[in-house]
Amino acid sequence: MQIIAENLAIDRGGRTVIDGLSFTVPSGETLVLSGSNGAGKTTLLRAVAAFLPLTRGSIRLEDGDGEKSLSEQAHVVGHANAAKANLTVAENLAFWSRFLASKPPSGGRVAAALEHFGLAGLADFPVAFLSAGQRRRAGLARLLAVDRPIWLLDEPTASLDAASSDLLSRAVNLHTHAGGIAIVATHLPLALDRARELNLDKLRHAA
Amino acid sequence: MTAFFALIKRDLRLAFREGGALGTALGFFVVVVALMPLGLGPDLKLLSRIASGVLWIALLLSALLSLGRMFETDYEDGSLDVLATGAVPLELVAAAKSIAHWLSTGIPLAVLAPILGILLNLDLAAFPMLVAAMLIGTPAVSFLGAVGAALTLKARRGGLLLALIVLPLYIPTLIFGISALSAALGPDAAGGSASSLMILTAISLVAAVLGPVAAAAALRIQLH
Repeated sequence: MQIIAENLAIDRGGRTVIDGLSFTVPSGETLVLSGSNGAGKTTLLRAVAAFLPLTRGSIRLEDGDGEKSLSEQAHVVGHANAAKANLTVAENLAFWSRFLASKPPSGGRVAAALEHFGLAGLADFPVAFLSAGQRRRAGLARLLAVDRPIWLLDEPTASLDAASSDLLSRAVNLHTHAGGIAIVATHLPLALDRARELNLDKLRHAA
Repeated sequence: MTAFFALIKRDLRLAFREGGALGTALGFFVVVVALMPLGLGPDLKLLSRIASGVLWIALLLSALLSLGRMFETDYEDGSLDVLATGAVPLELVAAAKSIAHWLSTGIPLAVLAPILGILLNLDLAAFPMLVAAMLIGTPAVSFLGAVGAALTLKARRGGLLLALIVLPLYIPTLIFGISALSAALGPDAAGGSASSLMILTAISLVAAVLGPVAAAAALRIQLH
C-alpha cells in the first residue's frame, strides 16, 4: 500500500499555496510535514483527505481497499478534537467507533485506546470537565479505537505535555510497524521511527 | 446502517442532554402563540378563525430557531471533518441529522400545538387533524432546513440569512397544513383533509430525498 501524490498544485482563496509537489509514502512509513506558519501543511493534509479540490495533479492510494476512497480509509485529526463536550470520553469514543467502522465497537478496543492515552480513569467524565491536554488525548484515542490504515494528523501535539507527546509517538510507531501510513504536520520534533521529513518552506524557495 | 443510526442516536442524546435548543424552540412557540390573544383582543370568533395559521407560522419560526445549530456545533468542534470521512456518504450524514432534528424538535412542537390551540379557541374537532398535519408536515421543515443550515454554516450571524433562505421553501407546507385544518372544520371533513394530508406527505417525502443531497453538496463546499 502506498500514497502517491504527483505534481500537486493546490489553491486556497485564490492563492496558490502548494505548487509542483510530488511525494510517495509507502506502507510502514511516516511523512512529517514541516514548515513555518502558512507554509501549507494543513492545506496539504486537507487535500489528501479530499476536503480540498486539487488545482492540478493527483493523489491516489495504491494497493489499498479498492472499494473505499482514500478518505474512508483515513483518520483525520485536525486542530479541533471532534469530542462533544456533553458526552463522556467513553461515549464519544464509542460513537466514533460505530460511525467510522459502521459496526458495534468491541469493548476491548475502546478500553485499550483509553488505556494507551491514559484516560482509563476519566472514561465516564463528560469531556467538558477535562483539561485541554486531556481533551486532545480524548480526540487522539479515536486513532486506536478504530482501525484505519492511513493517519492524517494536523499538529497532533497541540496542548500535549512531553509525556503525552511520547504516548502519541508510540501510537504512531506501533501503527507504522503494523504496516500503516501516517502523514503528520508538526512543529515539534517527535520521536518517530521510519519517518521522512518534507519541508514545505524549502519547496517554496526552490520554486 | 450502524453508522447512520449511531449518528441519529448521538444527536438525540446531545439534544436532550443539552436541552437548550429544544427548550428555546418550545418556549418560543408558547410565547408567540400566547401573545396573539393579548395583541388581538378577546374576540373568540376572530381567534378561532386565525388559530390554524398562527399555530403553523409560530411552529415554523420556532423550528427555525434550532436549525442554525444543526451543523454548527459539529463544524466548531471539528466533528464535521471526521463525519466526512465516515463509512456513510455525507448525504446520509445530512439525512441522519435532519431526522434527529425532526425527532427532537418537530415532534415535540407538534405535540405541544393542541395545548396552544386552546389558547386560540381552536375548534376541538380540529385537534386530531392539527397534530396529524403537523407530524406529517414537519419532516419537510427539518429536511429543507438542513439545506439552509449547511449553506449558512460559515456565515457569521447566519441566523437571519438562514430564515431568508428557508422560510420561502416552507410556503407549500404552510399552505397545505392550514388547508388540512380548514377542511377538517368544513362540510366534507374526511375527504377535504385527506387530500391535503396526502400533499403534505408528498412534500415531506420530496424534501427527504432532495434536502440531504443539497445539504451534502453545501457541506462539501464548507469543508474547503
